[in-house]
Amino acid sequence: MVEHRPWLTFLTHAMLLLGMGIIIFPIYVTFVASTHTVEEIATRFPLLPGSHLVENYIKALSLGPRDVGTTVGQMMLNSLIMALGITFGKITISLLAAFAIVYFRFRFRLFFFWLIFITLMLPVEVRILPTYKVAADLKLLNSYTGLILPLIASATATFLFRQFFMTVPDELCEALRIDGGGPIRFFFDILLPMSRTSIAALFVILFIYGWNQYLWPLLITSQESYYTVLIGIKRMLDVGEGQAEWHIIMASTMLAMIPPVLVVVFMQKQFIRGMTETEK
Amino acid sequence: MAQVILKNVTKKFGKTEVIHGVTCDIRDGEFVVILGPSGCGKSTLLRMVAGLEEVTTGDVLIGDRVVNRLEPAERDIAMVFQNYALYPHMTVYNNMAYGLKIRGMDKKEIEDRVLRAARILELSELLQRKPRELSGGQRQRVAMGRCIVRQPKVFLFDEPLSNLDAKLRVQMRLEIRKLHEDLKVTSIFVTHDQVEAMTLGDRLVVMDQGYAAQIGTPLEVYEKPASTFVAGFIGSPSMNFLAVRLSADGRRVEHSGITGLALPGAEFTSHGGQEVVLGIRPEHFEFTPEAEAVMRLHVDHSEILGADTLVYGHFGEDETSLTIRLPAVHHLEKNTVLPLRALSKNLHLFEKESGNRIPSSMS
Repeated sequence: MVEHRPWLTFLTHAMLLLGMGIIIFPIYVTFVASTHTVEEIATRFPLLPGSHLVENYIKALSLGPRDVGTTVGQMMLNSLIMALGITFGKITISLLAAFAIVYFRFRFRLFFFWLIFITLMLPVEVRILPTYKVAADLKLLNSYTGLILPLIASATATFLFRQFFMTVPDELCEALRIDGGGPIRFFFDILLPMSRTSIAALFVILFIYGWNQYLWPLLITSQESYYTVLIGIKRMLDVGEGQAEWHIIMASTMLAMIPPVLVVVFMQKQFIRGMTETEK
Repeated sequence: MAQVILKNVTKKFGKTEVIHGVTCDIRDGEFVVILGPSGCGKSTLLRMVAGLEEVTTGDVLIGDRVVNRLEPAERDIAMVFQNYALYPHMTVYNNMAYGLKIRGMDKKEIEDRVLRAARILELSELLQRKPRELSGGQRQRVAMGRCIVRQPKVFLFDEPLSNLDAKLRVQMRLEIRKLHEDLKVTSIFVTHDQVEAMTLGDRLVVMDQGYAAQIGTPLEVYEKPASTFVAGFIGSPSMNFLAVRLSADGRRVEHSGITGLALPGAEFTSHGGQEVVLGIRPEHFEFTPEAEAVMRLHVDHSEILGADTLVYGHFGEDETSLTIRLPAVHHLEKNTVLPLRALSKNLHLFEKESGNRIPSSMS
């Protein structure tokens, strides 16, 4: 389609720039705030970056804000462990569950499928009390296992892989049987490589999901050394009568944004491929 | 290499029986084509030989072994699928080598076999490509290569040419035939395309609704179809079937539009006076002088195909419709009357109820 309407072009670009501005401005403010001392922010909010960038970030990473009792570096590490644990756990379990549901005939197969499917309707918040009780009884409070394990099952991912496996032609499985391979080979040599793009796409989604977990880590951690960065930031704000350390908070916020952004940036290509095409 | 024997094989899916007992001996090195319309059970039969479907009753033997309970991999067979079923993420080389790798074959030996197969199939240039970078014909060849490298006792083909365009199909057909002549591996080929069946097969198994309607060489099936089903299925356009009555002595047919048609082999005394079905193939009619005409066809319309002309028309009091095929080009007006005859050796008689061929008492 060839269009020559300069006004339209101008208008669309203006709209896009405006939208971008609305999204970028808060991030810019956060960034600016993270480069000044707390006094500068408190008196008259500056609009240009200041000179305390390195100082603030190093302080956040190594010393941490007062009142929280751990460093942002440690909390970032906790978040990373949790996010990666959830991501890999979810992908592994969903792949196996979908494999079983699609390729094996066993009693109550449909029943189990629907059971998994129904849990789609129950968000973490609904089952949080029983889950907490179970986790506490299993002595999982204040541990990485406790952070990761209860969030590791995923109906969405199972369903996604199931749908993908159903599009894999049966003849591939039959060809492999004739070639002399069993179910394990089929899974590792055929299904897994074929699901690569879907796995990449899910990795992005699940990593961000894991990174942004708030409620569950808040419940299960009471020791500062297991805090995730999101809890940490919230804690930094709870200063009561005192003055919040805005420069450190803003620096921590910027830091907390980096890993998900990196994942999206580096996996964008695979993500889009996984969403739009399947390898066949 | 080995013979394949089916002994009264049946297959049930749940309660419905889809194969009602097929018995067939396939000799060592023979190329047998299983032919039939969709849903006749031909693929199921092949898959039972492959071991992808269980045999409900009866026995399947490959070589001298009953293989009913063996896994596909233990049967020493290789199969080409309709959609090729190439592993999409593997290169052509790995697709062919994979089955050998699973079997733990020596790397050098695998390479030898794959390269040899690639040379036979003219795939040597394409070994590092992925299946999606290949054309349909090339994929087909890779699928065949995957079979060849295994050096199995039996090749199974499940409609392997039906995803190709017409020209490529003819070419691949020739290649499969040539490959079989070179390797002489017992082959079973399933198709619904009668031209493929006639040109490829040493023998045909014509399937109809789970039964083997006829087993024989292509020419036998064409010249002496065992039933109206086989007669109508083989040949294009299909055979004309005319409802006629045999005279009491079984020497003539009685039909309002037919006079003096000589029957093959003198007499059909066993069916004298009965209603029967007379079958004549479109290509077996001939122009004839008016005096010798057995029937007169009123032309409805004609299709000129270049090499020959198809004429659709009717004859007799009940306006029985008839299709004939005349060699060369004929421009025929509607309602032209064509005097025709048909040689007695090209006539087929079938029982009206069962549709079975009535053997002539002389032949």
